[in-house]
Amino acid sequence: MADVTMRIWRGDATGGDFENYTISQNEGEVVLDIIHRIQATEAPDLACRWNCKAGKCGSCSAEINGKPRLMCMTRMDDLPEGTVTVTPMKTFPIIRDLVTDVSFNFEMAKRVPALLPPPMPEGGYRMFQQDVERGQEFRKCIECFMCQDVCHVIRDHEENKVNYAGPRFFIRYAELEMHPLDTNDRRELLKEELGLGYCNITKCCTEVCPEHIHITDNAIIPLKERVVDADYDPVAWLGRKIRRRTKKTAAEASVQPAP
Amino acid sequence: MFNYVPEMFRAETAETEEEGDKWYDDHTAGRRPPELLPRDEVARAINTEVKAGRGSPHGGVFLDIASRRTPEYIRRRLPSMYHQFMELAGVDITRESMEIGPTCHYIMGGVQVIADSAATAVPGLFAAGEAAGGLHGANRLGGNSLSDLVVFGRRAGMGAAEYIEAGDVATSFNMEEAEAAVKGALDPLNREEGENPYTIQHDLQEMMQALVGIIRTGPELEEAKDKLDEFTERVKNISVKGARAYNPGWNLATDLPSMLTVSRSTALAASLRKESRGGHTREDYPNPDPEFAKFNFALSSDGGNWDSPISAAQSPLLPLPDELKALLEEAH
Repeated sequence: MADVTMRIWRGDATGGDFENYTISQNEGEVVLDIIHRIQATEAPDLACRWNCKAGKCGSCSAEINGKPRLMCMTRMDDLPEGTVTVTPMKTFPIIRDLVTDVSFNFEMAKRVPALLPPPMPEGGYRMFQQDVERGQEFRKCIECFMCQDVCHVIRDHEENKVNYAGPRFFIRYAELEMHPLDTNDRRELLKEELGLGYCNITKCCTEVCPEHIHITDNAIIPLKERVVDADYDPVAWLGRKIRRRTKKTAAEASVQPAP
Repeated sequence: MFNYVPEMFRAETAETEEEGDKWYDDHTAGRRPPELLPRDEVARAINTEVKAGRGSPHGGVFLDIASRRTPEYIRRRLPSMYHQFMELAGVDITRESMEIGPTCHYIMGGVQVIADSAATAVPGLFAAGEAAGGLHGANRLGGNSLSDLVVFGRRAGMGAAEYIEAGDVATSFNMEEAEAAVKGALDPLNREEGENPYTIQHDLQEMMQALVGIIRTGPELEEAKDKLDEFTERVKNISVKGARAYNPGWNLATDLPSMLTVSRSTALAASLRKESRGGHTREDYPNPDPEFAKFNFALSSDGGNWDSPISAAQSPLLPLPDELKALLEEAH
């Protein structure tokens, strides 16, 4: 096969530039194979993060020809002919070359209020299969953080990072909020501190998700509806004026104690 | 013969309860498809087929699930496999067969630990999971790696906490040794001329695959030992460029000595184990030898450095604790 020219961003927090590498390729290879070949032959100090090479660990996120992709799941023969450009994720601070500091996400993870189930009755609870499946879609997340990378709310507005959980965590919130046994109420938090309203449903996150999670449709929009229901429904507003708002208890929700 | 096959696999292929029982009770009457044999048997079978010239175009064999299960079932039960074959190879496993081949998957050997605390022979060092050896015998069963981590990871944590609470922790260390270790790590960066670590890693992988691979023979293992001495010299002459921050070439340079320790230990133990057992197959000793079932080979470094000579001693297997023996008897 013909050699390919790779245009790769090299540098660190102080700055950097593109470097071109012309390198051999074989049938069926992915971008990560080519990066490894550049490391092995021309640039042993080219930094990139990777682990499983099977699209399951979420480590090798980068921007390939400007689009967030997993390097291990992007086949060279799927890319248009010509030079392939690889840059680090733009939303996160650079450590070196293709490696970024994604700790913003870990800080956001710490702020997620945990599942709060009611006391367990004898014999536990039995969960309906449809409730299991609803949460399982969000559990497919491999934390590649490409949805966070592509989201313009933080990609183009650094100042929003203190007040925006981002798509990855909106699916986590959705999973918890939709869990039939959960009694925590995160709606106020989502509205006031985690910027749910900043999302204007451009679906970029859904488009880049390597696990094909319907982030916008199945998580963000239902969350927005819940927040809106709580806040702008006149009956609920009146009810809140009269008594403190409480979420449905598990006993009232769809889950029934196991026989 | 099949009583060690996990329940979920048995349920996967037995079409009736009677069939499942038949496998369970009468191990000679089993009608088990070859892909559900233990890993080592599957790997050897593939190797034999490919060597006999009956392999697939890329030097493997074909594995088919499409003819046995519906597309919905395959997508639901094997989502990752479906996704990976589809995206990386353009193969739809709900309609066509997969091309597969054996690969290095897991190391059954590892650092010898005390089972209750996961403590190693080095005071204050604890090991759990694939780094530790002995738990899985000669052939790990599917799924047991995770339970190993959960159980022995916890024990290692508790062992480490107890060690600290007992107050035996070393409060001083040998500065000269520390300085020598730092110098050793930095040598590849300071060396002007030398070999590329990636070339050495690649050559090491090729050599180990060829001579210490799935099917082993005495002469090939001896050849591997000689070659590993050459690799040891090559590793002492690595040169890498760049700085210390996130430099994969330098990271590999500091990993290679450990890769050689593991490779040398594997080759030595494999040459001493003159039998075939589990994942270890000797063409020149094709059968298990009951004498070898009584001990592990415990290897130690004479000198403590990565390039020091390694010696082997027989470490008798501990007797099965009574409560486990009772459990096994109950199951039969």
